[in-house]
Amino acid sequence: MKHGQIRFRGAGMNDFAGEPGAVRSKPPDVRAPEARVVVRNVDFFYGTTQALKGVSLDFRDRQVCGMIGPSGCGKSTLLRVLNRMYDLYPRQRAEGEVLLDGMNILGPDVDVTLLRARVGMVFQKPMPFAMSIFNNVAFGVRLHERLGRSELAERVEWSLTRAALWDEVKDRLGSPATGLSGGQQQRLCIARTIAVRPEVILLDEPTSALDPISTLKIEELIDELKQDFTIALVTHNMQQAARVADQVAFFYLGELIEAGPAAAMFTAPREKRTQEYITGRFG
Amino acid sequence: MSGAAAGGLEDRFGHTRVRPRGRLAAWLFSVALYGSCFLFFAVIVGLFLELLWGSRLSLGKFGLRFLWSTQWNPVTQQFGALPFLYGTVVSSGIALLLAVWVGVLAGVYLAEFAPRQLSFMLSLLIELLAAVPSVVYGLWGLFVLAPIVSSWIGPALQAAFGFLPIFQGTIYGVNMLTASLILALMIVPTITAITRDLVAAIPPRVREASLALGASRWETTYKVVLPLVRSGIFGACMLALGRALGETIATTMVIGNRPAISASLFAPGYTVASVIANEFTEATTNLYLSALIELGLILFVVSILVNGAGRLLLQLLVRPQ
Repeated sequence: MKHGQIRFRGAGMNDFAGEPGAVRSKPPDVRAPEARVVVRNVDFFYGTTQALKGVSLDFRDRQVCGMIGPSGCGKSTLLRVLNRMYDLYPRQRAEGEVLLDGMNILGPDVDVTLLRARVGMVFQKPMPFAMSIFNNVAFGVRLHERLGRSELAERVEWSLTRAALWDEVKDRLGSPATGLSGGQQQRLCIARTIAVRPEVILLDEPTSALDPISTLKIEELIDELKQDFTIALVTHNMQQAARVADQVAFFYLGELIEAGPAAAMFTAPREKRTQEYITGRFG
Repeated sequence: MSGAAAGGLEDRFGHTRVRPRGRLAAWLFSVALYGSCFLFFAVIVGLFLELLWGSRLSLGKFGLRFLWSTQWNPVTQQFGALPFLYGTVVSSGIALLLAVWVGVLAGVYLAEFAPRQLSFMLSLLIELLAAVPSVVYGLWGLFVLAPIVSSWIGPALQAAFGFLPIFQGTIYGVNMLTASLILALMIVPTITAITRDLVAAIPPRVREASLALGASRWETTYKVVLPLVRSGIFGACMLALGRALGETIATTMVIGNRPAISASLFAPGYTVASVIANEFTEATTNLYLSALIELGLILFVVSILVNGAGRLLLQLLVRPQ
């Protein structure tokens, strides 16, 4: 593999190896993040068209990995591999290995419903179900857990609070979710996703259909959420990647060209194509 | 302007511009356009008025009593519509109850679960089923289904649910149940095809949103997709009901044609459409004929209302998301 593999222990602020006298006995929040999802040599095919070519990439625990690249470069395809969304379409298939906590999720006997409870996804266009705000958030929870009424209400409140939407909707949980604004709908979709308490959250251009204010709110939210979740963010917006991502991966024509800490990627990319893309030479 | 006197406008070069044939053609075209649209309106209104006029004798003699009188006696010149209304409503209602489950399930299967090739072939078959002439259904009902009902289905239902009044009494071959079964068979294609189209029109991202939360295909269909098409399916049912209410020849052949109201589905009945088809040649008196025309009026109004409601619902709801 020429490119692609992110080396462990990248970002300086997480690297405590050289700090003398650092408290190393109980480092729950300051430990160097481990790889939560490990993508190894993944090829992906839409029928006979190959959309991903030998991609290897690590998604680290409690970090945001921003995936950038021009349209059709495979970044969204990789996202759809991580929760096996492509299973829905008979002509699409993936080869290679994706390890989630050591288990290969591309294996034939993986229960995709359980996998998707662990790897949640938020889409480009907010897609609330035609039901109340409460039921939208409770939808996924009810699929996976048997909760009492008050526990369920607590979970819904917790999710909406984490998605920074609670204050705006707490007085109208029973009204239809379709009545919310676009930005609110997207935060509802995030709340719905985290209500299932996944380990990994996949965000597929979550702000491209939103206005700047809503975009800002979602970006702040992503920053909050990475305390608890591993986040993979596909974005067309390089400023967004620079603002919220810890790691950045650049894709081009189905290949992972380069990946590394965000600061390094945007200031000193190793690859010529990365540099051309981030300076707007193509794309 | 002086130049306009000749029927055209004279421009500053002295040329008069006229379009001699164009105007007539345009006028004729618009007359034809409006005329052909108006034609449909005129036919509906004309039909209604004609039925109203034709049934004036019966309307005058029996008034509203016509609707709930059970008498149908050409000898004593007493006419009432209730047995026929009962037969029409009950046979169509049971047909709809039977057909809606099969139709919706089949439509959902075709749109959501069936492999594309299979879905294509089955859809073709179902549409062919809708094209079979109703007299063929009637013939099949009379010679194949009726014996099965009297010797298998009827006794089985009586054995299992004989305590219910609707399954008591002598089991005839030609009866309400046979008519309902035939009608159900005839309206299933409509419900299936519309349900399939409704479900197929739901964009994939709706399903993906549900699947992404860990819902199975089945849960996604049942909890997310079906609620979205519920009102559309209701519209499909109205269309199907409209067809069942007006179906004439197939029902006539298998319902037994006896103007009596019986609680048992195993007893013969009669429908509005059937009595009109059977008796218009025998209507020897003006009042008799008028009563038949009034039955036609009732059927016309009910069918128009049911069909109109169904179509309106579908039109309002079947929009791309």
